Amino acid sequence: MTKELICISCPIGCHLEVTQKGDEITVRNNKCSRGEIYGKEELLAPKRVVTATCPVKSDLMLRIPVKTTEAIPVELINRLLEELYKREVSAPVRRGDIILENFMDSGIDVVSTKTLSG
Amino acid sequence: MKTIEKDVLVIGGGSAGMAAAAEIRERNHSVAIVERDNILGGILNQCIHNGFGLHRFKEELTGPEYAERYAEIIEASDMEVFTGTTVTEIEKRDEGKTVYAYSARHGMLVFQVKAVVLAMGCRERNRGNIGTPGTRPAGVYTAGLAQRLVNMEGLMPGSKCVIVGSGDIGLIMARRMSWVGADVKAVVEIQPYPAGLTRNIVQCLNDFNIPLHLSHVVSKIHGKDRVEGIDITPLRDGIEVTEETFHIECDTLLLSVGLIPDNEIARKAGIDINRETNGPLVDSSLMTSVEGIFACGNVLHVHDLVDYVSEESHRCGAFVSDYLEHQSETKQFKMVSGSNLKYVIPNQFRADRDNHFYMRSLIVRNHAELVLTLDGKELGRKKLRHIQPSEMISFTLKEKDLDKAALDDNSTLEISLVG
Repeated sequence: MTKELICISCPIGCHLEVTQKGDEITVRNNKCSRGEIYGKEELLAPKRVVTATCPVKSDLMLRIPVKTTEAIPVELINRLLEELYKREVSAPVRRGDIILENFMDSGIDVVSTKTLSG
Repeated sequence: MKTIEKDVLVIGGGSAGMAAAAEIRERNHSVAIVERDNILGGILNQCIHNGFGLHRFKEELTGPEYAERYAEIIEASDMEVFTGTTVTEIEKRDEGKTVYAYSARHGMLVFQVKAVVLAMGCRERNRGNIGTPGTRPAGVYTAGLAQRLVNMEGLMPGSKCVIVGSGDIGLIMARRMSWVGADVKAVVEIQPYPAGLTRNIVQCLNDFNIPLHLSHVVSKIHGKDRVEGIDITPLRDGIEVTEETFHIECDTLLLSVGLIPDNEIARKAGIDINRETNGPLVDSSLMTSVEGIFACGNVLHVHDLVDYVSEESHRCGAFVSDYLEHQSETKQFKMVSGSNLKYVIPNQFRADRDNHFYMRSLIVRNHAELVLTLDGKELGRKKLRHIQPSEMISFTLKEKDLDKAALDDNSTLEISLVG
């Protein structure tokens, strides 16, 4: 089985040709090693980095931006977002502080992408 | 009323203003920044998605993270930052400039400075700019405003939306609206090709099965108090095929139809505007037609990557420092854009240093060449793998590649694209 995929690892957007023969997957037309990893993952279990904002108690801002530390399986995204929209964060928060730890045992955390002192 | 004396005032605390200010302070001149919002960072604060900084920091950051890297440099320095403060006017004096600003905290502020950096960014084009027919109900937003409402205020602009324009802001908003629970019905693009990056088509539209209608326009907006639906008409050879018009029910229309430099203050100060970019006309040191006033970032011309904004603004900061140190009294020559280019920035060059140019293509091609000619004689070429109007092209003319003997007072350098 051969599938054509567009790599989203960087803005170049290589048009990958991903072929699966039994257990072996080969990726062609990738310009870097990230393309090979993306091609394989996208075929077997697609993942995405998720960014969102959570409500925050502060005089300066109403929402604090957050992101997953790595790409998470797409089937977990909706549950993660639901969880994040409910989670109220209170200042002070530093960039990189964990907002949600090891989401659904995925080994992936959600961290703040902004520092908020008060 | 409070009077503040500095070497330089930077207007705008976004990516451009912060980079310029950092560079000027690095060269030991005193700087103040005036920022309209409560926090530094500008538009990056609402761009919570990732994909920033691949050139500048060699890693993928979100907008707020990119902004904070610079904000930390500013905060660690002794620079004065006036947030929640709006500049209303720049006045030319015999020596230097007077800048008037207002804030709730300080009241009226008067800055006495030797130089000013314009770094106010840009504004979004709106419905009036594209002339969409129909009624005028609530529910028509620019994409950036909707982005601010969702990401910073935690508000929902609507529940069923259509997005006009397939630039990256439109695509990013298609994903964001889907992620906050809205039903994104379609993206409508007037051009036959998508304006945004391919990766954004994949992860912002395909992931959510959002249809992209290329060569289509919104031909009518329906609804009395609130948007109730829109008509979409395909284009063939640039002409609307009205009999193929179809209707989509929606309550929200997001417009991502381009950006315009925010030059109200520049115009008031009597600065000449470049008709192609809608930003100020600048010389090789990014100085406007008014001596001592410089410009960088999206107020000068709209960039597609913040990395380029930082790069240009660092350079601008260095030019401002040269000016303060009286190093810029050198002869400048004319630079123009030729075939297939919408514009080139800046419109002058110097023979005694490297010159960096940014330009925008008018065409889409897979292999093209930049051709540089000096008074009609070819000076050099550069191969480009892929060009399209939405991707800025940068080019550096090295001092050593310039034949100084061939230059006279009226010399003109022309840069053009051949497909």
